[in-house]
Amino acid sequence: MNRDSESKYKGFEADRSKYPQMEKDKPVIDLESQKFIKTWQGPQHPGVTGNMSVELIINGDEIVDAKTHVGYLHRGFEKLMERRRYIQCFPIVCRICVPEPDTNEYCVSAAMEDLAGIVVPEKALWLRTLNLEMSRVGSFLMWLGGQAGSLGMGAIGQWTIGMRDFWLDLFEEMTGGRVYHMYMIPGGVRKDLPEGFRDRTRELIVRTRALLFDIEKTFFNNAIVKARLKGLGVISPEMVTEYGIVGPSARASGIEDDIRINNPYGKYAELDMKMITSDVGDAYARAEVRYQELHQSLDLISQIMDKMPEGGKIQAKLPNVLHWKIPAGQTYVKAESTRGEHGFYMVSDGTKYPRRVFARGASYTHAISVLEKLAVNISISDLAALMVSLHTCPPEIER
Amino acid sequence: MKLKDILSPFNVWERAAKKPWTIKDPINDRPGAANYRGFHKNDFDKCIGCGSCEEICQNDAIDLVPVEGQETKEGNSGLRPRIDYGRCCWCGLCVDICPTGALTMSNDYTWVADDPEDYRFIPGADKTKWQDATKGYKRDEGIALINYDRVKMKEIEPENRDKSFIEIVKGYNKDQAMKEAERCLECGICIATCPAHMDIPAYIAAIRDDDIENAFRILYETNPLPEICGRICTHKCETVCALHHNGEPLAIRWLKRYIADQIPKDKYMEVLGTEHLADPILDRKVAIIGAGPAGISAAYYLAIMGYQVKIFEALPDSGGMTRYGIPEYRLPYDQIEKDYDYIKSLGVEMQFSTRVGEDISLEELHRDYDAVFAGTGLHLGRSTRIPGSDNKRVYFATDLLREVSLGNEIDVAEKIVVIGGGNVAMDITRTLARLQNIKYGKVDVLTTSLETEDIMPADREEVVEAREEKAVIDPGWGPKEIEISDGKIKGLHVVKCLSVFDEDGRFNPKFDDNQRKFFEADMIVESIGQGMDLSYLSEEIKSGLKFGPRGRIQVNKNFQSDLKWLFVGGDIIQGPDVIHGVANGHVAARAIDQFLKK
Repeated sequence: MNRDSESKYKGFEADRSKYPQMEKDKPVIDLESQKFIKTWQGPQHPGVTGNMSVELIINGDEIVDAKTHVGYLHRGFEKLMERRRYIQCFPIVCRICVPEPDTNEYCVSAAMEDLAGIVVPEKALWLRTLNLEMSRVGSFLMWLGGQAGSLGMGAIGQWTIGMRDFWLDLFEEMTGGRVYHMYMIPGGVRKDLPEGFRDRTRELIVRTRALLFDIEKTFFNNAIVKARLKGLGVISPEMVTEYGIVGPSARASGIEDDIRINNPYGKYAELDMKMITSDVGDAYARAEVRYQELHQSLDLISQIMDKMPEGGKIQAKLPNVLHWKIPAGQTYVKAESTRGEHGFYMVSDGTKYPRRVFARGASYTHAISVLEKLAVNISISDLAALMVSLHTCPPEIER
Repeated sequence: MKLKDILSPFNVWERAAKKPWTIKDPINDRPGAANYRGFHKNDFDKCIGCGSCEEICQNDAIDLVPVEGQETKEGNSGLRPRIDYGRCCWCGLCVDICPTGALTMSNDYTWVADDPEDYRFIPGADKTKWQDATKGYKRDEGIALINYDRVKMKEIEPENRDKSFIEIVKGYNKDQAMKEAERCLECGICIATCPAHMDIPAYIAAIRDDDIENAFRILYETNPLPEICGRICTHKCETVCALHHNGEPLAIRWLKRYIADQIPKDKYMEVLGTEHLADPILDRKVAIIGAGPAGISAAYYLAIMGYQVKIFEALPDSGGMTRYGIPEYRLPYDQIEKDYDYIKSLGVEMQFSTRVGEDISLEELHRDYDAVFAGTGLHLGRSTRIPGSDNKRVYFATDLLREVSLGNEIDVAEKIVVIGGGNVAMDITRTLARLQNIKYGKVDVLTTSLETEDIMPADREEVVEAREEKAVIDPGWGPKEIEISDGKIKGLHVVKCLSVFDEDGRFNPKFDDNQRKFFEADMIVESIGQGMDLSYLSEEIKSGLKFGPRGRIQVNKNFQSDLKWLFVGGDIIQGPDVIHGVANGHVAARAIDQFLKK
């Protein structure tokens, strides 16, 4: 197996010299030959960040074929929304991605605002941006714990999940909910910040940075982590385009694509931020990019705390939501989630209910086509680490 | 492999010496945030059971159910939300939409029960440990999912209306009506309160859908006088509208007027599908005494059932009190005619200037018709009976208003005092103000009432508009004596009224004789209530009837008197107002149909 991370974008091609033999570009896998075992990772495997399974054909401990299976948590949110008034959609969409619900809330609200021509007040835009960045912090912390856990380092998972809980405390104060915030509604947000919130947030940023410093020492400067992640799941820039890879996974392969910078929404245009990239493209590079983006998010939150005005309107006047009809039209809005471009396509036919809502998450590509390609030829013990390094979120695949 | 990367991970032990983050007793040491969306609370004193929470809940977790101790009354359905915590997702939309602010959430989030059924509970009724919690999610000021501000109605400016009887209210245009209609919560609290039980949410929904013809048909299901009611209804529906608790009630009356205004008179039959009714299909005949709202409502519903209906009216034209008691600036005569002409076109005969009891007897009607409905209204004035009230320059408001409607000239004085605080008092005040303006070019009308301004029975806008038209309203005084010198009125002596009703709610005014005032006047108008004229009932008929309080004829719930062929309704039974008359007439029409089918 190829473990040379510095060998730029090599190593993802499967070594087919031994098994399985290729015939017309397809592997010949004869389970009767007793050279292969079919096994499943998931849907209960702890290395899977949610309910999804990978059907594996292994030869020794080497994966020779992988196939992703979903269908364990399809809840039909897109269809449910077609039977709900516009205002009734926002409590549903947060469930599309549990660790990072706010991007969904933002997108569904922004789509409705775009179709209905609602202008969101300034203060609400600041609060939304703050909410989205806090949500990114929470999601990155959860990923970081997962990435460490997938390599057997459970303690770091406990630290980050513990720290995430302090961020959830802030969410609770700000929105009234810890996990599902249901904070952004069409036209703005539901609550202004409680008293003393800025100070408590600044305090928590300091604590989070202290923890990240510890994690840098124990996780990133770790011979085992480097040995296992470097060279794992290398994504080349060509593959980014070919597969539609987005977010940190694309940026770790040198693609400068961040919606917050390239197509700023909310108040991102008024914040000082730089594109974070790497030109290595392996799992370690992805971890490093995410780690830096975590610091970037903390920095952005600090900036928001300094720049956001006190007071001000937080909600545009909505029509009576019981009879709210949005003029016929269609729109696609996108936002940068921790996994990459997250978008909502919404069609209105002029009635009280959306005609069609489509939620586009990064995990669909990352966890199916990309994972199926990158999993081949790696050790079965590295599969969990690879999946987490692609930051897959199965609830987002199925919706 | 660097040595640093081998040693660095041992830093993990550093954290072993740090204070743990765990909270030992989270249930007690970790209350929910001040804004936490925890278990629901409901303030039963504020809750009106409108069901907006049930309507907005996207999980169908809320049902409105009857609760012991909560009674159905005007403006309150008596139902209360029951929440199923097996379905609730704590989004708080129910709290955000609650128009009264009764439904809130506590910051409590732990609850253990043995029986799963316990988690389907009625906040406010079931005893919970969080019902007195002060913290939790509430709707903030300025956050609204519904619109609390009414679309303003355009009116003619005071300077352009105070010399004429031109209609003041201009009516909504399409955009305004649709915008106003959008505010409706469709709770239906208004339906229960409207005496005619009009399906208000349905016709307002039809306005939103811009389906005016359908809206018009819905109006006629329960009310054949939409132009009249759309202008001068006492709008009990608006008084109980769920929106009024935190904002302005829906302009239901103006929306009704908007619908009726959109349909031209010659389209009525086509829209309502009554072209086939021009000739009665049944040979049973019903006589109706009085062409007021009650009589015309009974006539309409009998006519569409196929009965031959004839109305006998003492006055020279139709409308009853709506024409002869309400000034033209509130209800133009052509609008009355629009409603009435349609009903005439259905074959309803109207014989005017025929007073039953004088020109034709009730016995004759009984002989010639299968049933009789009497809706004769309150046309007599009531006197204060204070010294001097027998002077010829002391008038009843009803008499003057009738004279104005008949087109007869009134000898308007330069200084007038009106006694009364109801809408009729405002009508006569504003009518006299106009007449003074036309005659003298100035206004000098003073209106005084027992009630102070906050409890005056007149509509607020009537008081405001009267003042805009330069009438003086000085409420809170009791009339004591009319000073007369050489047969001419000098003015009215009044004393301060301390309270109008006693502790039991009975009319029993208390005065402070030390606080006195004198209002100069050379003409005084009494407007302290109206009485009925039942002189058309002969002694023989009277002996077959029973009478209740204030001399009202006793009727059953179908407005049938003890003489089975005689039905009575309108102001002489309920009200006084138009919508009770309309409702009575409708109920009586159905009862007459049942009576005649037997």
